[in-house]
Amino acid sequence: MTGFGVPRDAYGEVLSELGETRKDLVVLDADLSSSTKTSSFGKKFPDRFFNIGIAEQNMIGIAAGLATTGKTVFASSFAMFAAGRVYDQIRQSVAYPKTNVKIVATHAGITVGEDGVSHQMIEDISLMCALPNMKVMVPADTFETRKTIREISSEKGPTYVRLGRSKVPNVFESEDEIKLGKATTLLDGDDVTIIASGVMVSKSLEAAQKLKSEGISAGVLNLSTLKPIDRQSIIKSVKKTGCVVTAEEHNIYIGMGALVSSILSEEYPVPVLRCGIKDTFAQSGDYELLMQIYNLTSNEIYKLSKNVITMKR
Amino acid sequence: MSDKMKTKEPLDESTVNDLKKKSNKIRKHIIEMIYSAKSGHPGGSLSSADIVTSLYFHIMNHDPKNPSWPERDRFILSKGHACPSLYSALAESGYFDVSELKNLRKPKCLLQGHPCTKTPGIEISTGSLGQGLSIATGMALGLRLDGSNSRVFALLGDGELQSGQVWEAMMAAPKFKLGNLTAIIDRNMLQIDGPTEKVMALEPLKDKLIAFNWQVYEVDGHNIREIIETINKGLNITDKPKIIIAHTIKGKGVSFMENNVSFHGKSPTDEEFKIAMRDLEAIS
Repeated sequence: MTGFGVPRDAYGEVLSELGETRKDLVVLDADLSSSTKTSSFGKKFPDRFFNIGIAEQNMIGIAAGLATTGKTVFASSFAMFAAGRVYDQIRQSVAYPKTNVKIVATHAGITVGEDGVSHQMIEDISLMCALPNMKVMVPADTFETRKTIREISSEKGPTYVRLGRSKVPNVFESEDEIKLGKATTLLDGDDVTIIASGVMVSKSLEAAQKLKSEGISAGVLNLSTLKPIDRQSIIKSVKKTGCVVTAEEHNIYIGMGALVSSILSEEYPVPVLRCGIKDTFAQSGDYELLMQIYNLTSNEIYKLSKNVITMKR
Repeated sequence: MSDKMKTKEPLDESTVNDLKKKSNKIRKHIIEMIYSAKSGHPGGSLSSADIVTSLYFHIMNHDPKNPSWPERDRFILSKGHACPSLYSALAESGYFDVSELKNLRKPKCLLQGHPCTKTPGIEISTGSLGQGLSIATGMALGLRLDGSNSRVFALLGDGELQSGQVWEAMMAAPKFKLGNLTAIIDRNMLQIDGPTEKVMALEPLKDKLIAFNWQVYEVDGHNIREIIETINKGLNITDKPKIIIAHTIKGKGVSFMENNVSFHGKSPTDEEFKIAMRDLEAIS
């Protein structure tokens, strides 16, 4: 892992790039285009960019309407508003009729830090995964963000993409090595499988290094496509290790860890411990500090890994 | 302006009479469907019948044999619960067989309780109120981006104007100067819990719409000539969206359902069904 990048910057850049050749691409925002980074597309292609104002419900409806005329529509806002405020609109006009709308939400989770609970969306994975027809993706770094945006732009159908606010360490070195739609093995391991998504992927790799120094072999899976979920790769790794730690920057009550647990309980029951926000609203504060306070750290993943190994039958 | 956007005039008396017969036929379908389904929304379906008839059988360019014809005009039923009216118009147009209507709200049927895209001729699902005008706005934007001459028509209930999203769209469509968009409000003055003005007053509605920068018209929503002539008049205005307050009677055509809020979402009994069909028979 070398260097850092800001996934939402990557999103804005890829959109602008795709706009050159993809005349069917239309982008919507709800007065946050400078933060979600759709503004660069807006400057380059003003005819195909619509700022809907602080009216996210209308934005989703307009996105669906545009999609029915053959457009590939990207609609962005903060996750709090792009998923939470408009759940009904997404359900009615995007998921159910399978309109070609890509909701790319930024500032998800507690990465908004100082803005506090009103802006900290820790339930979006639960909401979006609960919708039939919805594809849900959580890229781990800028490379995966680029690849994700490129790939979904040429697929038909609804997608929710979850991005944070902050810079994140690079997990990948290029887009070419990334295979979307799969739970991809970043590290092979025999003793425990760590399954992570989003900003927790790099922390999981750190944890695995620490475990390795103690002679514990931890495998790390990047589960960036949460829906449809790659059951096969998860089961394959778990058959080898016999226990799992999941790591997500989301409420664990119904999040990625819960999804993984449900698959395992159906197909290959093993102990699972979950790292994530423990069904509580967070608070204002520096993002890195909040990650410590809510135990979203490599050290927590390390500790849970050691615990879960002792729980193996 | 293309040939398609030219108004279809003059409207002779025999055309109007044919359309009146058609709307009566649609009303009979509505009653039969809801009676057969033992649930559904007769009041708002009947109030919208003349508007839907005017659109599908005179104003709109559409091809029942090719529902996705790119040059078609689009119709969004924002008040999705009035779908028996729309389904009847689609069946009478030839999108699917009229015999399908009796299966409304039954498993494996094309005709869901609220509109969805598996029904030929339905552009998008509706039913959760307050969302249709946003969708219509997006469609109008998309069609304009393509340089299309197709027009977009949205039918809204008056009760759903209480929903905030409607006013988000009310702001957006004039801002984007969507001259290809016409909204029609089925102003029957009643919603589930009672009169709109008692539940959450909408008036002065016309003033609000004017203030939101729409081209506003008012019509008798049961006078087919007036509906058509007004929509056509609006179509000549190309730099702003048009909205028509269509004054209607909830339950129109069925004596005991007219202005009777209890028939917002209730199917007729056996006895009521007979009376309803007799009432409609007397009109035609």
